[in-house]
Amino acid sequence: MTDTMKVSEIEPTELAPAMETTGKRGIRWTAVAMWAVALGVLALLGWGLIKANAPRPEVGEVAPNFTVEFFTGYEWQGESSVALDDLRGKVVVLNFWASWCVECRYEADVLENASRQYAPDEVVFLGVAYADVEPNSLAYMQEFGVSYPHAPDLGTRISNSYEITGVPETFVIGPDGKIVYVHIGPINQTTLNRVIAQAMEGGS
Amino acid sequence: MKDRLRITDYGLPITDYRLRITFCGLLLTLLFFTAGVVVAQTGEVTDDEVNAVAKDLFCPVCESTPLDVCPTKACADWRELIRTQLAEGKTRTEIHDYFARQYGDGVLADPPKRGFSLILWALPVIGVAIGGVLFVRYVRNLRREGDVVAATAVVPANPSPASAASVPQPATPLEASGDYVSRVEEELLARK
Repeated sequence: MTDTMKVSEIEPTELAPAMETTGKRGIRWTAVAMWAVALGVLALLGWGLIKANAPRPEVGEVAPNFTVEFFTGYEWQGESSVALDDLRGKVVVLNFWASWCVECRYEADVLENASRQYAPDEVVFLGVAYADVEPNSLAYMQEFGVSYPHAPDLGTRISNSYEITGVPETFVIGPDGKIVYVHIGPINQTTLNRVIAQAMEGGS
Repeated sequence: MKDRLRITDYGLPITDYRLRITFCGLLLTLLFFTAGVVVAQTGEVTDDEVNAVAKDLFCPVCESTPLDVCPTKACADWRELIRTQLAEGKTRTEIHDYFARQYGDGVLADPPKRGFSLILWALPVIGVAIGGVLFVRYVRNLRREGDVVAATAVVPANPSPASAASVPQPATPLEASGDYVSRVEEELLARK
């Protein structure tokens, strides 16, 4: 063992070139790339989760914007599509319904009567068919003689952004774009008239 | 020979019971297939065909319940829509695409390979890739540590240039691995 030496006796300078050739820099970049990928994936997942679990818009908050494409024959002032932001300055009664929803039938006439009661340039009634089959939606609207604008909730994007709990559900949005009132379940004429008057006065 | 049925004996009474059975069997088989063709031509779609498409869809109203077994009116309406589309000759993929477009990607049992859902598909691949890189690095480190031990045993006191070049190099600077080297030396001394 006399011809051997301890590792600690090897001059660090002898090892330095070899250490450089081990690709230390390359390993560092690999680690950086791995961390970048991992953090990127986590960030995207987090963003997706936050987006998916957006809080339900409350009274006093600005109503989430959306664009609807109306059913043929149920357009708004001849327009085949409209964005909520385009309706600023008007009260918007946004009602979610479905043809398969039994309780929606209780309020169908109430909404139709109210839509005829107010001037279209002051109060816009907007029906959104949630998770419904188009022929059934059309049959439902014909059954109740609906005349105000109606649109399908394509991709369930509107109901998702409003985080509805079910149908029927009604949001009354003021001229400033803020939510004035939220009603879960069938709405009655008295309540509807009261909250529309409140929205027209600009109070939330 | 009058009991024998010949091809030219159309309209003659068949007296051989075996031939009667064969004839009836052929007739029933023909009727069965003819009926199948008639059903297909009239566009009738069976519940099984509808459910084969519906089982990979979820209605947003009834979460976690596949469309083929969901008892609600909404799901029954959706199944009827599938039946209509199948009768129109649409494929399973076309119907799934329609439902995703109409009601959102959330109705699909398998997330689509696009947008945010793509991450869900890519995640296992990324995980395996990162795991593979870590494993390779771990194995390399193990090898280098083994080489350090070997170097302790074979490095001559006055190494010639040729033998010095063949000395395997440790993976980490000696200053940083002082504890490790000390332990190696202690173990070697203990073996003497």
